[in-house]
Amino acid sequence: MALFEAHELHLRFGDRVVLEDISLSFEAGRLSGIMGPNGAGKTTCFNVLTGRYKPDRGRVLFDGADITGRSPQAIARLGIARSFQLMNLFDEFTVFENVAIALPATRARGRNALGHAYADPALVAEAHEILDTVGLAARADDIAKALPYGERRALEIAVALACRPKLLFLDEPTAGLGSDGRARLAELVRRLKGQVTLVMIEHDMEFLFSLADDISVIHWGQVIAHGSPTELRTNPWVKNSNLGKLA
Amino acid sequence: MQAGKPVPTLTPAMIAIWLALATVPLWIEHVGLYQYLGVEILIFATYAMAYNLVLGHSGLPSFGHGAFFGLGAYGFGLAQLNLVADLWFCLGAAVVVASAGGAIVAAFISHRRGIYYSLLTIAFGQVFWFIAIKSHAITGGEDGLLKIARLPVRLGVATIDLTGNVSLFYFVLAVFVAVTLLLWRLVHSPFGRILKAIKQNETRARFVGYDVWRYKAAVLVLSAGLSGLAGGLFAMAQASAFPDVMSLHYSGYIVMMTLVGGGLVTFWGPVLGALVFLLARDVIGAFTTGWMLWFGLLFVALVMYKPEGLGGLFLRTPRKPVPPLAVASAPAE
Repeated sequence: MALFEAHELHLRFGDRVVLEDISLSFEAGRLSGIMGPNGAGKTTCFNVLTGRYKPDRGRVLFDGADITGRSPQAIARLGIARSFQLMNLFDEFTVFENVAIALPATRARGRNALGHAYADPALVAEAHEILDTVGLAARADDIAKALPYGERRALEIAVALACRPKLLFLDEPTAGLGSDGRARLAELVRRLKGQVTLVMIEHDMEFLFSLADDISVIHWGQVIAHGSPTELRTNPWVKNSNLGKLA
Repeated sequence: MQAGKPVPTLTPAMIAIWLALATVPLWIEHVGLYQYLGVEILIFATYAMAYNLVLGHSGLPSFGHGAFFGLGAYGFGLAQLNLVADLWFCLGAAVVVASAGGAIVAAFISHRRGIYYSLLTIAFGQVFWFIAIKSHAITGGEDGLLKIARLPVRLGVATIDLTGNVSLFYFVLAVFVAVTLLLWRLVHSPFGRILKAIKQNETRARFVGYDVWRYKAAVLVLSAGLSGLAGGLFAMAQASAFPDVMSLHYSGYIVMMTLVGGGLVTFWGPVLGALVFLLARDVIGAFTTGWMLWFGLLFVALVMYKPEGLGGLFLRTPRKPVPPLAVASAPAE
């Protein structure tokens, strides 16, 4: 059984169908990719899978449990984290605190209204370890909004990692990055692969095809193709679309 | 906050402010002012600090906080006149009544944000104000609740009389010290930092696992309770409780005090705001009944040229305040 499954998800905004009977499954320990043109419904699909939108019908299963329609916070606490296409950080916090606030250990102390926020050395060490993983250890005391774009992207992933997820959704992590930034991010994703199950929406096909174990293609709110990068290179739709220029 | 560095419970600035305030009765009359003004400033400073827990620290733009101040005032007076004339009991009643009011409001508005949150706080503020005016048999209506006594402080071994303004000032100062210490600890605690995170990015806070509405509800109840405590002190200080303090324009005063003082960027800003507001009322008010016009112009000038408020003048590194409404209604994606 897959770690995460979505069965026949359907969602309408008014009279517009944005997701139509989408079924996806993500195996533990793998990196699954989602590709498709702008407006295809990829981010909306992520929003349904992570609880932001409730589907009109269909089911979402995580680790065998039905999580359909649960709130984002409830889903996050189960071990599903996500990054965002547009930067979504705690801008006034330091880099350290962005990560520390997202740790389950901080969440567990959320009712403590008198103690020191980050007095626990284990919690501090955990936050630093995550910053080290994404290459931001030296930036720990910098204010998040002062970081250059590429490092903000890395912090976006660090905040998601701080939730200690079993499954991590990355929504266009290379958006706005130059070639150096993409190379560093690819290296980070390679390191994360195996440690956590990854699902990634990506427009950069070279980036996605080099990293993903399997890829689903979404268009017009439907999954129109699924397979390994090698299989998709020969898929007629992918070959004929702009997305297939890589192949 | 630096990586993992705990914030001290007592800071030199904190002690200096408390000590400076403790000297006020010694010189206030020599500068042409009067002892009761000191009491009033401390009560409103306590109220403004409590209010800033919601506005400055949590980014929740409440414009109906006067309701909680008023509930505290009535809670204190009604407990004294109908139950037990004991200072601690009556202050406790003020906190409980205001917290209960806060809990009712929080249950309805904590799932809202931005302008909807603000409008609902105004609506609830008006509801409480209307009830206070119309419940003549309980609150005295527009005539107010009169004959509230300044109860003595019973400490077991000793009793301190508070009928004089100087002794009342020192009692209110003790409450102010306790409240500021509590708030200082709170804003640097895990709970306080989560509130700060919610203020900056409510959506992200949800996606890292926080039940945002519970935190928003909890902080409103806490702020309401402490505002009620200030309201109880005010009822005792002026020996009466009136519905005026629950009105929309009184709720506006506390917003002005907090913003003028710099509550959006500094912990102590609301204290400065209360001081400036009440001094302006008395000093400018000595020359013209239209003192609010001049204070209003000061408010406009500050918003235009020094949006961080007067507290921003003391910051080593200037920070631009993020308006609560802008934060709360910012698109998440």
